[in-house]
Parts: sequence; structure tokens; C-alpha cells
Amino acid sequence: MSELKGWREIPIGGVVPLSSLEYRTGDWKVFRPVIDEEKCVKCGNCWMFCPDSAIEWDGEGVPKPNYEYCKGCGVCAEECPVKAIKMVR
Amino acid sequence: MTAVKQVIMGLNGDEAVAYAVKQCNVDVVSAYPITPQTIIVEKISKFVNDGEVDLEFIKVESEHSALSACVGASAAGARTFTATAANGLQLMHEILYITSSLRLPVVMAIANRAPSGPINIHCDHNDSMGARDSGWIQIYSEDAQEAYDNVIQAFRIAEHPDVLLPVMVMMDGFLITHTLQNVSVLDDYAVSEFVGYRRVDMIKVPAIHGDKEVYRMLNPRYPLTFGPLDLFDYYMEHKMQQIETMKNAKKIIKEVHDEYAKLSGRFYGDGFVEPYKADDADFLLVGLGSTMGTVKEVVDDLREEGFKVGSVRVRVFRPFPEESLVPLLRDKTAVGVLDRGISFGSYGQLYLDIAAHLYGRMGPILIDFVYGLGGRDMPPSLIKSVFREIIEAEKNPEPVLRVRGVRG
Repeated sequence: MSELKGWREIPIGGVVPLSSLEYRTGDWKVFRPVIDEEKCVKCGNCWMFCPDSAIEWDGEGVPKPNYEYCKGCGVCAEECPVKAIKMVR
Repeated sequence: MTAVKQVIMGLNGDEAVAYAVKQCNVDVVSAYPITPQTIIVEKISKFVNDGEVDLEFIKVESEHSALSACVGASAAGARTFTATAANGLQLMHEILYITSSLRLPVVMAIANRAPSGPINIHCDHNDSMGARDSGWIQIYSEDAQEAYDNVIQAFRIAEHPDVLLPVMVMMDGFLITHTLQNVSVLDDYAVSEFVGYRRVDMIKVPAIHGDKEVYRMLNPRYPLTFGPLDLFDYYMEHKMQQIETMKNAKKIIKEVHDEYAKLSGRFYGDGFVEPYKADDADFLLVGLGSTMGTVKEVVDDLREEGFKVGSVRVRVFRPFPEESLVPLLRDKTAVGVLDRGISFGSYGQLYLDIAAHLYGRMGPILIDFVYGLGGRDMPPSLIKSVFREIIEAEKNPEPVLRVRGVRG
């Protein structure tokens, strides 16, 4: 952390001049999702349900979780219709 | 003399506000109808439907959503307006603080109505007084004409780069909102030129992103984070910014009022308070809103009878205009404060502010008159008897809190 600034120096309204791409929330997680490529039917459910858009998918192959941003909530594992996602510590 | 052409239209307060919004280059309106504000929403929807105004009207299911939609629109750079009353304002309460702390210049008209319950649709000020501490600038109108003028000024004040705070324009429910009045309406072009278009302020981005300035708005080209977690390390600095800005907003309120006065020929005292025969008076009544029009009549009557009375209408309530008000009140014998609201267990809200600002300044005897709750009538006869009480205040200074117009 840099040194804390005074009220005259910071932007108004609590606005942060950064986007969510710059907050690496991946280190919040305890469990990470691991997708079993054999079982996966490539339906895209996990990609659609991920609340942080942390699952990357090209629309054809097996989706890939982005561990830089995945907080490990486990929604993808819960929603997978073929139980292809395991939450691993 | 006025600088531009004006036409006189027969409008009630709600229609006057809707007409002002139509002229102010507003981009987004999101509002939910509630008595006595409904006509504003109806009129604006009609303007949109008839193609008379180019703005986006977002229909929502509640006031909480209405103001939330305005927050989103305003953060995206739009000039934004909404309107509500009483219970609607209470449902917005959470978002009121969010709007002001995100420093979004939303303008809102309030048709003052008594909060439930028991359910009442008529005027008192307890609804907007409940929003007193939410960080919005509050301006109280005396009639439909002033409501029209105040909405136009509100956009200029709110969006000024030294202010960037939301503004509430109050008018008394039914007494102003539903009362037809001759309203002088400015030419469309004159208003458009006066308010201009919204200019979004800039924010400096960090060195790693090129040390440049970008618009402080939601923009996919340079995404910013609005409303992040802000704990003990920075929250208080952001509140300090609001404290200072509220104080400095007075300069802008005055500038905008004076510039508008040149344009329209209409001015309201010094922009903050409107004194009436107050200079040489020994006894004053201070209050907000439409009642103060009637008080002027009573002042005239009592002056004819030889009493040295006067009145002061407070127009801007937040930021509180102590610089304008204190010199007017300081040397008087006794001052009555008319409060159309009450903080249960304490006094009326206007009294509390006046008492706080007069403290330690050798002020007059100060008596709080609570009146007109839930639209209870305040006829000239009652105002006259209130004045009599002020004149006799030296003999009878107690009690301080007096509820008048209520059956015993």
C-alpha cells in the first residue's frame, strides 16, 4: 500500500480510477474449480453462471477458469449439469 | 426589466416544474408517481410521448428504483431529474446518501407531503426534513413561479464543477403543486442557453495508465469503479470533501441566483433568505414555503395597526445560510420560527438550526411554533395570533415549543 492521502488529493465521490480488471481477486479463494475435460459436455453453464465472469470460454471447447479473478465461490460446480467441476483446496 | 421574452401561462406547481424540466436539456428522467407529485410525472411522460422533449423516461416499480436509475444515468454522464413526495422519498432514503456521496448532480423535485401514518396526502415538511442530513442541497419554494425558477437554477448549481452535489427543490403539496397560478415562463432558447448541457468533470488516472485525465463517468473505453468499499482508511476523507463542498456551494448558489435574476427579472431576497419589512422590525416570523406568502399579508395588516413586525422566508435550507440569516435576527426583541415539521422529542427542524446558529451571539427570544402538520390550515387569523405571542414573548418566554392550530 502506498502512503494514505489527504482529502484534498483524492478524487471526489470515492471514485477509483481503476477498473475491476485491476483487482486480482483470485487470492480470496480457498477452493478452486477444476473442470474434468472428459466429463464436460461444453454446455457453457458455468461460463454463464460465474458471478465474476472469471470463466473463459470460446463457445466450443472446454471452458477455463481464470484463477487470477476466480474467488472460489463454487457456483459453477453447483450448476454443472454433469458434475464435471470439482472444488479443490 | 427582463432580458428575455417571457409568456404567462396558467400552471400549477407540478406543471411548472415539468415545464422547466422540458426546457432544461434533460437526458434522463426516472420517477414513480405519488400524490401530490403525480402531475410532474404525467406531464413529462406526455412531453416525451408527444415528441416535445428529447429525453429518456425510465419507468420503474418503486422510488428506490427510480433514484437508483437516476444514479446510474447520472454516473453515465446524463443530466438527470426525478421527483417524489413523502413515502416515496422515504423509500429513496438509502439512495439519497449514495447519490450525494458519489457526487452525482441529480435534480429532484419534492412535493412536500406529510409522511404516514395515519395516511395523509397533504402538506407538511417532515418528509424533506427527514432527508435533511443526506448531503443534498435543499431549496424551498414559495409558489409555482419560484418552483419553476428553482428547478432551472438547480441544474446549474448541481452540475457546477465546484459543487457536484444533488439538489432537492421543495414545494408545498397541494398548496403549490395543485394550485393554478400565472407563471412567467422563459423562452426555450433562453433557458437552454442558461443551463447549457452537462459537462462531466475529469478525474486523473494513475501514472501506469498514462498520467492523463478522463471523464468521471461510466465509460467502457476507460472503466472506473463507482461506489467501492471505503473503510476507516478513506471514508472520512470523502465525508470531509462533502462538508467543505456544501460550505463552498453557497458562493455558486448566489452566483446562479443573481445571473438568473438578470435574465428573468425575478429574485428571491439575496438568494438564500427573503426578508420582508425585517430591517426596522422588532418582532419577526421566520419560516419556509408557501405559508410565508400569507405571513407577508399579515405583516402588512399588523404594520397598519402600528406593530413593528416583519418576516424572513428561508429559501435555501441546506447549506444553511447563517451569513444571511444571523444578521437579520440577531438584534430583534423576539423571533418566532414557523415549523411545518417536528423532530419528536425535540423541536421543529428549522428552529433547531436557527437556535444553533444564533447560540452565543446575544440573539433574540426564540420561540418555535409548530403548525400545519398534515395540511392543517394556517389562516391569517392564526398567523396574527402567533405574532401576538411573539410581541408578548418578553412577558411570556415559556414554553419554547408551541403547537398551534391543534385542538386542545
